[in-house]
Amino acid sequence: MITTQNLTKRFGRVEAVREVSIDVRAGDRYGLLGPNGSGKSTLVRMLLGLVYATSGSISVLGEPVPRHVGRVLPQIGALIEEPAAYPHLSGRANLRLLDAAGPHGSRRTRRRRVDEALEQVGLAGIDRRPVRAYSLGMRQRLGLAAALVRRPRLLILDEPTNGLDPRGIKDIRDLLTGLNAAGVTIFLSSHLLPEVSALCTRVGVLDSGRLVLEDQLSNLEQPTGRVLVSTGDPEGAVAALDGLVERRDGTDLVVRSSDPAALNARLVAAGVPVLSLAVQRRSLEDIVLDVTGAGSDQFGLNRAAP
Amino acid sequence: MIAVELFKLVRRLRTWLTIGLICALPLVVAIFIAVTHLAPPPGQGSAFLSAVLNEGQLYPAAALALVLPVFLPVAVAVMAGESVAGEASSGTLRYLLARPVGRTRLLVAKLVAVTTFTMIAVIAVTVTSYATGVLILGPSRAAAVGVAPGGISGSIAPGTGGAPTAGLQPGASITSLSGAPLTFLELIERVLGAMAFITVSMLGVAAIALFLSTLTDSALGAALGALAVLVASEVLVTLDAATAVQPYLPTRYWLAWIDFFRQPIFWRDIQRGFAIQAVYVVVFLAAAWANFATKDVTA
Repeated sequence: MITTQNLTKRFGRVEAVREVSIDVRAGDRYGLLGPNGSGKSTLVRMLLGLVYATSGSISVLGEPVPRHVGRVLPQIGALIEEPAAYPHLSGRANLRLLDAAGPHGSRRTRRRRVDEALEQVGLAGIDRRPVRAYSLGMRQRLGLAAALVRRPRLLILDEPTNGLDPRGIKDIRDLLTGLNAAGVTIFLSSHLLPEVSALCTRVGVLDSGRLVLEDQLSNLEQPTGRVLVSTGDPEGAVAALDGLVERRDGTDLVVRSSDPAALNARLVAAGVPVLSLAVQRRSLEDIVLDVTGAGSDQFGLNRAAP
Repeated sequence: MIAVELFKLVRRLRTWLTIGLICALPLVVAIFIAVTHLAPPPGQGSAFLSAVLNEGQLYPAAALALVLPVFLPVAVAVMAGESVAGEASSGTLRYLLARPVGRTRLLVAKLVAVTTFTMIAVIAVTVTSYATGVLILGPSRAAAVGVAPGGISGSIAPGTGGAPTAGLQPGASITSLSGAPLTFLELIERVLGAMAFITVSMLGVAAIALFLSTLTDSALGAALGALAVLVASEVLVTLDAATAVQPYLPTRYWLAWIDFFRQPIFWRDIQRGFAIQAVYVVVFLAAAWANFATKDVTA
């Protein structure tokens, strides 16, 4: 769906994106992660033909970009950083105007497609008030609706849940999961790890313009070989497990074990009440913090020179 | 895309507010002149103002001369300067390009919208000031200037151009700047010529502003940049030391449309004016296109 090869973008002397080769497959829910200033937005803009690469190549939906970007873009819905709309017009008028501006927006079906997109993002009942009067969350929903009006095969979304409340975030996550189930490939960039972890099947991590990691989320979130145990009798558990307890925090224990069932049986046999027991997995946060350095908005004294 | 741009143009309150303000200036001037009967003496002040007390139908020409130096170029520069930079700073440019709207197509649509705006403004000034002239300053008092309606006086006009037809037109004639009479039909032709000339002159301004608009994300910067070019040009036009460059300055022939109201029409400066504006339009549009087509859109 999207592949880049050794993609590099230099703005003057700053290398925003360096030698990035990503691979987004059909049906993926791909999350591009990285600290602020790591090159996510520049990469997204290159995929859409807004920014021209210094070197390297891009292919989207099987077509080279930017050469055949005009063939590719009608099949893509995009949210590029913040949503934008003409403030003096209503949300509906904005969607119709944008649809009328380009190709593949049949006039006959426009009204229906716009209404459907508004309904998908939860703005079906929107009135004629101008976008100027919209809240941040409403603008974000409108931006998503704009991406959905032409029923794209591929969604490229930069920070899609920005400005949404928890309910809004869940709505959008459900919407994107549903679209993905219906065959839409989703590529989103975000610095919100829990969001990506809840939504995506595949992640890539950018750091200072380099792709430092790309894998299926299920491969990344491997068990750590530890089990988290919560018990009513921590002393009894420590005695029963004899040296396997790595850390104790009140009634919560971190136990070295790769077999939670056997561990449970051992505790029950020793008469220790087990309140909960869970396999510890590496969190996406640990993974990302492991492979990335400081963000561009951070200027500590020990920051390595770029 | 062109239809979308025109829709945006007519749906904006600002468009009509601007045009209303441009039309208001000649109205205010006409009221003052009508009340005080104090028109500037011939050869002083804005062109045609000395004549309008005698000839209300000439007021469109006077009105165009009033709005040409500042109001019209400012409005056109603001519109054209905003066209790309405004979309960039509001963020809508990236959504239009990702829609996708081809970059060349976008520029053409913007140019069409700015041209349409200029034409609406020029037409609005002409129509409202004709009404103003006739209603406030009164209809033709050509007889008072000593020119008989129609007939013989037309045939003794210097030159050959419109003179024979003048005799065929019934009704009052209007005195041209050369003193010879113009028929109403001729007046309409001359006014249309002047409108076309002024519109093309404004397109020169628009092309400069549009080019600057593709350079910066600041609409204000692009508009002020274009106006700075005009002010610089105006300074050089009056500077004797700059004679060498004067024929190439954008404002050098701005007032040449006045020659439409001579009898016969004095074509030389009009032609040069059209030519120089055409060069400015072509050069700056090409520059705008070359810059915009290869530009990284990061706004």
